[in-house]
Amino acid sequence: MRRPSIRIRRRPSADRPQAPVSRFSVRDLLVESAAGLLARPARVALTVLGTVVGVAALVATLGLSETAGSQIVGRFDEVSATDVVVTPAARGAGRATTVIPWDAEQRLTRLNGVAAAGTLSDVDVGGALIHSVPVNDPLGQTDVQLPIKAASPGLWRAVRAEVAAGRLPDGGHSRRADRVMVLGPTAAARLGLTRVDQQPGVFVGDRLYLVIGLLQTVDRQPSLLGSAIIPEGTARREFGLVAPAAAQIETVIGAVDAVVAEAPVALNPDSPNLLRVAAPPSPEKLRGKVENDLNALFLLLGAVSLLVGALGIANVTLVSVLERTGEIGLRRALGAGRRHIAGQFLVESTAMGVLGGIIGASLGVLVIVAVAASRTWTPVLDPLVALFAPLVGGLVGLISGTYPALRAASLQPVEALRAGT
Amino acid sequence: MNTVTEAVTESLRRPRWMLREPVVELKGLGLTYDSVPPVPALRDVDLVINRGDFVAVVGPSGSGKSTLLNVLGCLDQQTSGTYLIDGIDVAALSDRERAALRGQRIGFVFQTFHLLSHRSAVDNVMLAEVYLGVSRAGRRERALAALERVGLADRADFLPTRLSGGQRQRVAIARALMGPPSFLLCDEPTGNLDSANTASVLRLFEDLGEDGLTLVVVTHDESVAARAQREVRIVDGRLTETTR
Repeated sequence: MRRPSIRIRRRPSADRPQAPVSRFSVRDLLVESAAGLLARPARVALTVLGTVVGVAALVATLGLSETAGSQIVGRFDEVSATDVVVTPAARGAGRATTVIPWDAEQRLTRLNGVAAAGTLSDVDVGGALIHSVPVNDPLGQTDVQLPIKAASPGLWRAVRAEVAAGRLPDGGHSRRADRVMVLGPTAAARLGLTRVDQQPGVFVGDRLYLVIGLLQTVDRQPSLLGSAIIPEGTARREFGLVAPAAAQIETVIGAVDAVVAEAPVALNPDSPNLLRVAAPPSPEKLRGKVENDLNALFLLLGAVSLLVGALGIANVTLVSVLERTGEIGLRRALGAGRRHIAGQFLVESTAMGVLGGIIGASLGVLVIVAVAASRTWTPVLDPLVALFAPLVGGLVGLISGTYPALRAASLQPVEALRAGT
Repeated sequence: MNTVTEAVTESLRRPRWMLREPVVELKGLGLTYDSVPPVPALRDVDLVINRGDFVAVVGPSGSGKSTLLNVLGCLDQQTSGTYLIDGIDVAALSDRERAALRGQRIGFVFQTFHLLSHRSAVDNVMLAEVYLGVSRAGRRERALAALERVGLADRADFLPTRLSGGQRQRVAIARALMGPPSFLLCDEPTGNLDSANTASVLRLFEDLGEDGLTLVVVTHDESVAARAQREVRIVDGRLTETTR
């Protein structure tokens, strides 16, 4: 049955657009979605939990592997990568003291790959106190107990010592057993010495030593900073030092392995196994271990949690769609198009994902800091990881909300209104 | 009254309709559900509703009342005939445009109110403007004015759960008044109400009618229909107007 003509009468009205178009402003979309979420806060919290765990696991994993990785990198800087220390193996105390020969310095510097070498020993002064030349200062403490160490002339280069004032003793001082002394910065401060140009003297017990230099820093053997150091020859004659206690070696970069193998033989060809060599561990080994142990397991855990979180959001959004059928029908009756319905549910699920991402990233960062603190590591995290985490969460929410949103959009208004209350 | 020409002629015979603007025009409208065998729910329905009319649609259950309501509300589409709202041919519109038309020109009032239980009365009323492309500015004031008109200004911030059935339905009517629509389409508006609340809602309808609002009330309750200015009856998908 066709009508011959149909008169379309349009009311000439300014406030009513003639081609009916429904609009859903972004602000309204956000307000409606927020209201939809806030209506069921407990459910949202539980739903978000899966994403929280997933994102937290991912962030923590990435951050911890980065933290551990940079920890190793930190240990393998240039100073420690060339640091080899030889000490007597701790057994048979009587013999162990004599396994490093007096000419260790010469023997070691002959090796390929050794940049500098020297020996270092603690000197037993029999409890003698050390005091600077007395001045009449009744308040100032003048008698202090300082560790005394004996150093061979090559040690200074091997520990990369820097002088604040004066000079360092050389081979001559050691050979002549001169009563000269170098003070570490803390030791100097305790004795109240800041300069050496007036040739200050220091008493060790009743023997007067000339302070010829003050240390500023050392890169290795930091115990030197708080000690008074005398030449090895002096210690041998004055205090009866039996043998050097340790040999400090600086190797050429990359020569650690070779030096570690050769140094004990060079020092004690008869029984090199009486010596213990402390050297930095091989970087490849450790890094590989960290990556294998930590990353694979936790990244897997994070991915699984994220998947569970996504399923949770999908499930709850779907339940929400079924539960809010009446609301969907109402919104359709009020002029909402299918895309507006889908948009609202997508925004709601995405918001849940973003929320999970933000909380998860925060928890992940906390975990990194806590673990780093418990191991006295420096926590390291690429800030992009923390920034991308909410995006990942949002993506999870968006993807898992797609099917429920399409379900909601495909509802027929008549059925939706009839089904819901 | 089987052909359109007759229907139009019939409608034109009544002089008062010519003086008034038609809001709703159904011409030879039919709807047959696509099942086996096909079920004709509406047959050749002709109806013109003018601005300010208060029309009650009555009929026994299964008569096609709900189908007519769905078609009038652009929630369902006829299989034959024409439906014009304010002169706009609904059949020519896309799904999205029909949704917009619903929002802009039809104020729905449902038997079950369809209020969002976690939103205050005024929020529920404001919802009507969300899809209209109307600026948010002044929305709350307009919603409060609508609540004022249904006599619930003092309940604006109440949740629907704290309102009586009659009050809830009045909030729903306030929501339907937002826009404002070309006509109110009410589906058993008193079906869930006791007699006292029914009376208050019907009084409101009368007031609104006197203000010139066009009202279409689908009901099986004769007492509700009795308040209407016009009463159309559907039996077996055929519509007849009871002259008063």
